[in-house]
Amino acid sequence: MRFERREHRSIALVIATPLIAIGAALALAGVLTAVAGAPVLEAYWLILKSAFGSRLSATETLTRATPLILTGLAAAVAFRARLWNIGAEGQLYLGAITVAWASSQFLGDLPGLVQIPLLLLLGALAGMTLLLVPLWMRLRFTVDEVVTTLLLNFVAVLLVSMLIDTVLKDPMAFGWPQSQPVADAAMLPKLLARSRLHLGLGIAVVLAIVLAFVQSRTVFGMQSRAAGLNPEGAVFAGVPLKGTLVIVACISGGLAGLAGAVEVMGVQGYVTTELSPGFGYSGIVVAMLANLNPLGVVLAALFTATMFVGADGMSRSLGIPSYIADVIVALSLLTMLVAVFFTQYRIRR
Amino acid sequence: MSAAFDIIASAGLWAAVLRIATPLILGTLGALLCERAGVLNLGIEGIMTFGAMIGWLTVYNGADLWIGFLVAAVAGGLFGLLHSLLTVTLGLSQHVSGLGVTLFASSFSYYVFRLAVPVAGTPPTITPFQPIAIPGLSDLPFFGPAFFSQTTPTYLAILLALVLAYVIFRTPLGLAIRMTGENPHAAEAQGINPMVVRYGAVIIGSALMGMAGAFLTLAAFNSFFPTMVQGRGWICIALVVFASWRPVRALLGGLLFAFFDGFQLRLQTVLGGAVPYQLFLMIPYILSIVALALMARRARVPQALMQPYRRGER
Amino acid sequence: MSKPVLEIVGVSKRFGTTVANDKISLSLAQGEIIALLGENGAGKTTLMSILFGHYVADEGQILVDGQELPQGKPRAAIRAGIGMVHQHFALAPNLTVLENVITGTQSLWSPKLRRSDARTKLLTISERFGLKVDPDARLGDLSVGEQQRVEILKALYNEARILVFDEPTAVLTQTESERLFATLKDMAAQGLSLIFISHKLDEVMSAADRVIVLRGGRHVAERRTSETSKAELAELMVGRTVTRPVREPSTPGDVVLEAAAVTIRSDGIDRLKAVDFRLHAGEVLGIIGVSGNGQHVLAQLLSGTRSKTAGDLLLYGKAVDKLSVADVVSAGIGRIPEDRNKEGAIGEMAIWENAILERVKAFSRGGLVDRKAAVAFTQTIIDRFDVRGGSPTSRIRLLSGGNMQKLIFGRNLINRQRILLAAQPARGLDEGAVAAVHERILEAKRQGTAVLLISEDLDEVMALADRIQAIVGGRLSPAISAEEASARKLGLMMAGEWTSEVPHAV
Repeated sequence: MRFERREHRSIALVIATPLIAIGAALALAGVLTAVAGAPVLEAYWLILKSAFGSRLSATETLTRATPLILTGLAAAVAFRARLWNIGAEGQLYLGAITVAWASSQFLGDLPGLVQIPLLLLLGALAGMTLLLVPLWMRLRFTVDEVVTTLLLNFVAVLLVSMLIDTVLKDPMAFGWPQSQPVADAAMLPKLLARSRLHLGLGIAVVLAIVLAFVQSRTVFGMQSRAAGLNPEGAVFAGVPLKGTLVIVACISGGLAGLAGAVEVMGVQGYVTTELSPGFGYSGIVVAMLANLNPLGVVLAALFTATMFVGADGMSRSLGIPSYIADVIVALSLLTMLVAVFFTQYRIRR
Repeated sequence: MSAAFDIIASAGLWAAVLRIATPLILGTLGALLCERAGVLNLGIEGIMTFGAMIGWLTVYNGADLWIGFLVAAVAGGLFGLLHSLLTVTLGLSQHVSGLGVTLFASSFSYYVFRLAVPVAGTPPTITPFQPIAIPGLSDLPFFGPAFFSQTTPTYLAILLALVLAYVIFRTPLGLAIRMTGENPHAAEAQGINPMVVRYGAVIIGSALMGMAGAFLTLAAFNSFFPTMVQGRGWICIALVVFASWRPVRALLGGLLFAFFDGFQLRLQTVLGGAVPYQLFLMIPYILSIVALALMARRARVPQALMQPYRRGER
Repeated sequence: MSKPVLEIVGVSKRFGTTVANDKISLSLAQGEIIALLGENGAGKTTLMSILFGHYVADEGQILVDGQELPQGKPRAAIRAGIGMVHQHFALAPNLTVLENVITGTQSLWSPKLRRSDARTKLLTISERFGLKVDPDARLGDLSVGEQQRVEILKALYNEARILVFDEPTAVLTQTESERLFATLKDMAAQGLSLIFISHKLDEVMSAADRVIVLRGGRHVAERRTSETSKAELAELMVGRTVTRPVREPSTPGDVVLEAAAVTIRSDGIDRLKAVDFRLHAGEVLGIIGVSGNGQHVLAQLLSGTRSKTAGDLLLYGKAVDKLSVADVVSAGIGRIPEDRNKEGAIGEMAIWENAILERVKAFSRGGLVDRKAAVAFTQTIIDRFDVRGGSPTSRIRLLSGGNMQKLIFGRNLINRQRILLAAQPARGLDEGAVAAVHERILEAKRQGTAVLLISEDLDEVMALADRIQAIVGGRLSPAISAEEASARKLGLMMAGEWTSEVPHAV
């Protein structure tokens, strides 16, 4: 048996790929649900119902999708240029704590119209900074950024833990390690009354559209794609490789930092070490499911959020551990990899 | 200063160092074996988590500690099989596939654990491996309690490092593995099937990772909780580079890291609350990054690392 | 001669719809040297891969000493005494010579690698065939010629009686090639049987007893070298009379590019050592040399991807210090890269993107790519340069080597260039495409473009260049004119044997 490259890929196949992958992941996870003794179809129905069955649950799902869109974009942008940023989790936390620090310490008195953009920018800058370190190490010492970004995730979370335990500790939190809250003026406006859905979703969707445009229409988009596909060829064609990677890192790290900022300013109002249930890592899955397409990221983030929010509800009714959502999401990454492979190759005997 | 000296001079530190080093050594050896055959295995973090969970669960359900250890190794090997299918047979990106394996193995561990053990105030425990005093040697002053009163898996890890070094550098099989990691086409031209070699190396390497995880729940601690692996897998990946893909150096590297870790743990108690404990906890991660920066350029990377092998394609 | 040691009987192999081998038969006697002659894609390598067990034939069989050889098993081929010397050496640079040789020769489950026996055996063989190497040297530290020796030793160590050489001289200097052929004859005299694959007529004529010509996957002819001629073989190989265009004398114009004592150092090694050359408008300056002697760095310098360490570079009479790719492109220097697939094209991107990437500024406004204009530009190239096999929006990977090269020539020549840098422009192309490439180069010269041709192919340089300099170990010989050049003289120059007495033609 051998594999042969397909010379032509139909558009229909490319679009169908993530759907097939998700279907396969759900089927595999169904086996695990069945082994746990729960009715599979009912479980999936309950996931869907818990995620979209009411106004509250639907807004909750969209709220959960917001940081996932941003971390998904962060991964998609980086992966497209073959910059393996696996550090979105750490960048998210650094963005979050920066916002909490700036707003609680010295920007808090500014009116929202000024303060909010300023904080978002600071959050993005923090995320950028954290990614520029591994990029610098790659360019300077040829250190694989996968491992360094992964390791920095732990450093970032420990740094946050330290800050919320010491200088940024909220004295009103009954001793719990939690940061001082951002100012009320720093909170993002709600998109819908009586829900947690906030402006962050709008920001994320707009950024996805902007990125889609940048990648498909601009010189930078073309150059960064070339740099990712064939660095040697890109250099020969005059693409400034280092410069392109630095910009890509700034966008990617910035988006992840922004995810943290938005989560603090939109939902929590303060930072704990439980701020992110792995948004950074899930972003990788989101990006892969979207085939690194920014608009696809929005849909993939919605799917992932549906699983997480829905599984919580399903878990309460059927007694299946809600970790099943993580399993489904992780499996869909693996099935997606395989599905993409078969859009590129066919089996020959 | 004298506080630091007291710590170093205490046998307790050195006993702890060996204990802390064991999972690092096992994990690094596993990752090293995979990479020698040309496959980067970022599944390590998840495989260690699963090994920790399944090893513990096996023992919790009444099996012998060694059976738990074995089950963890087999489970690790199965995840290695999965990683091989994706990266060797299909030739997919080793980075992404490895991360996928990690995400899947960790979430699957939590799922199985929650299914088997309902939420409780204090996590249920098992009776872990007990230190084995080596007759004669364990009675030595200082050295006895420091180095010769460890659990059996620790001795096993040290032995494995030596065995692996022998296999890689002194046997025809080891040469075949190295050739596959350097130039799979050359291996094939000499009648070695690089696919089979890669499968074997990744499966056995992943089994070692599973054992590394099991050590955490069966010897270092006595219970399982999510996120207990805490990036140890990633540190192992860094240690492989630090060790220049050599098993004996991996052993030394693991011990060096464990020394810093054990030292900071003790320093924490000495310094009390004066310095936030998180700063100490960061040390291993930052050290790993520094080690990478120091060694990345100097190390002789297996030339075919991360390159998929397809017959007839160059 | 005695009865055949190897017979290939009616072997066919198809990949998808292409027929790589169509009922090929041949036989090889003990002590005989045969050549498999054919263009790229004629099926030589596929046939040998089947022989060596890398592929399984769709039909046909292989007999060694009258015994059928099981297919698809390299190990069985090795055991039957077949050894292969690959064109891209199947060696690992990080391992020692000995380790490279003995990999896979001992039972994988044996508990100990027997090194000292192996070393003795290796040294005996290397003594017997005059192939000297240090068993403990790291392979990556050896020269290309020495690495080839290791590759041959590896086959001999496996007790090969039938040796296959795949394009063995592609990477060797003239003197190294001559030595290799002496070794081959010695091996045949000692009773080994050899097959060598080539598309070079000279070496086929001088080294082989018998020639088998393959074309389009078929066995089209078989001749004894004593009873044929180069001309006949060339026609058999190509299937029609393809005449490569030949230069006509011309009067060069002004100097457009001049290098004076240019040195390039990287990783502490001088890759180029104080080289001098002058390139005139309307001439072809050929730089001949075996790969790995600094021509890659020279090409990079002029492509704008590497800067010089010392010396002066004058472009149109003005000293330039650092050249970026953008500078080079806007200065009217066209660039044909050495490696089409790595440098010349980004396989997964569309043909139109590949056509404009290096001049993307010209096809963009305010940072936005003008796709319409770019596609139109690409269509013009496709039409004018006869690029077949794809539309502007298909991925460039789908093009054949010859068509990809036409596109690369097209993007460089469509707006007439003042200078054209062509590095190994015909490498790996079939005869028809080579002729097309050569015609483009000569046409550019006629229109006044200054062409710097970097090549390792003597025939190519002699057919195209007005003046020739040899590059050896990062040094450049003085130039000789085309009229003074002979294969022998260039061979000597490529081996580094030039003296200051060589007349200087400027």
